[in-house]
Amino acid sequence: MIQIQGLVKSFGHTYALQGVDLEVAEGEFLTIVGPNGAGKTTLLRILATLLKPTSGLVRIAGLDMASGGTEIRRRIGFVSHRPLVYSNLTVEENLYFYGRIYDVHPLGERVDMLLNLVGLEGRRHSPARTLSRGMQQRLSLARAVIHEPSLMLLDEPYTGLDQQATKMLRRLLQTINPESRTVVMTTHNLERGLELCDRLAILSRGRIVHQSEKAPLTLTELQEIYWQCVEEKTD
Amino acid sequence: MSFWRKVLTIIWKDVVAELRTKEIFSSMFVFALLLIVIFNFSFDLRVEKVAEVVPGVLWVTFVFAGTLGLNRSLALEMEDACLDGLLLAPMERGTIYFGKMLGNLIFISITEALMLPIFSAVFDLNLIRPALLLTIFLGTSGFAAVGTLLSTMAVNTRAREVMLPVLLFPIILPVVISAVKLTTGILDGLPWDSLAPWLRFLVGFDIIFLVISYLTFDYVVQG
Repeated sequence: MIQIQGLVKSFGHTYALQGVDLEVAEGEFLTIVGPNGAGKTTLLRILATLLKPTSGLVRIAGLDMASGGTEIRRRIGFVSHRPLVYSNLTVEENLYFYGRIYDVHPLGERVDMLLNLVGLEGRRHSPARTLSRGMQQRLSLARAVIHEPSLMLLDEPYTGLDQQATKMLRRLLQTINPESRTVVMTTHNLERGLELCDRLAILSRGRIVHQSEKAPLTLTELQEIYWQCVEEKTD
Repeated sequence: MSFWRKVLTIIWKDVVAELRTKEIFSSMFVFALLLIVIFNFSFDLRVEKVAEVVPGVLWVTFVFAGTLGLNRSLALEMEDACLDGLLLAPMERGTIYFGKMLGNLIFISITEALMLPIFSAVFDLNLIRPALLLTIFLGTSGFAAVGTLLSTMAVNTRAREVMLPVLLFPIILPVVISAVKLTTGILDGLPWDSLAPWLRFLVGFDIIFLVISYLTFDYVVQG
């Protein structure tokens, strides 16, 4: 589903990504963990076509990022720690707006279904600004899946959520990940990163420094590997 | 067809949000009103024939108030990273540009439409004439075309409120000069033959600004 080879991204003289090589299979849930400033958000923003790579190859569903931006975006659902919804529009208006932009048909049924899924049916006429942080994140998730994307990109989706909202989002993330949907999630929280994924990668200072299958890993083992990788890179 | 449907969807979103808050419109309207009052008092003291300065005052007011509106319009897209939401949509980035540009044109035009009767009353001059309305529409179109592109650039900078006028005013100078010349000619009752070069100049710049802004928008929004 995703092929990345030698991906470099610089902002002036600062290198955010320094030659990332990564492959993600269709239907796989990959978590990328790393400390602040490791380049996680930059990597996801490039995959979402919000940033152009400085050099390197990025292919999504066989489409080259340089030429197939519009087709790639049709396949992507993006959730970040910011909701990407208009605070002055109601919950329903936000979903109708994004549904029309993505040419979703029949839109009314899809909006009703998603509002039920994320538990915002009772707030459909409330302006988005009146929602709690957790509710806004649930609305953001509904926005991101309105066009039934085959690839979900989740950039620190748990940031700023309380325990209850985190629990609900985790349940929702499980429901939006049927076998056909590929998910790439970044987080600096190892526990959250480990619990949903099939495979885990550690990004430090713009490079993938470790990759492994989730199956044999315990949280303690992951913590050891993580600190080893991150400290080695810092040294 | 899909292009225009998406452009209309973006305009619909801006209009619905604006009807709810009236943030863009009220800031432009109040600012324009204050400018008229200040100009009126200043000219009462020094200028003998006020009608001669009306074209300049009219366009300075529209440009300053419009700049405020452009800043606010794009700032609203930056709240909660909504611009990212638009950029993620499967459409050419030029579609977003057209949607935002036409939305800005609508808001600025409504403010201008409300200001014209006030201008007419304050300066005791009939400004509601078809030729003048056409000039205002063409001048505002050029302003909105380049202003939407530059406000998108400026909104990502730290001093965006200052950055937009610094970038915008030198570039829209040809539009403002031709609009002021046309306005002066219309108010003086000059024949169309003598105004035609300025009209062509204004239409030409509108087209150039629109095409360049449409083509470069993708480079401006993608880092």
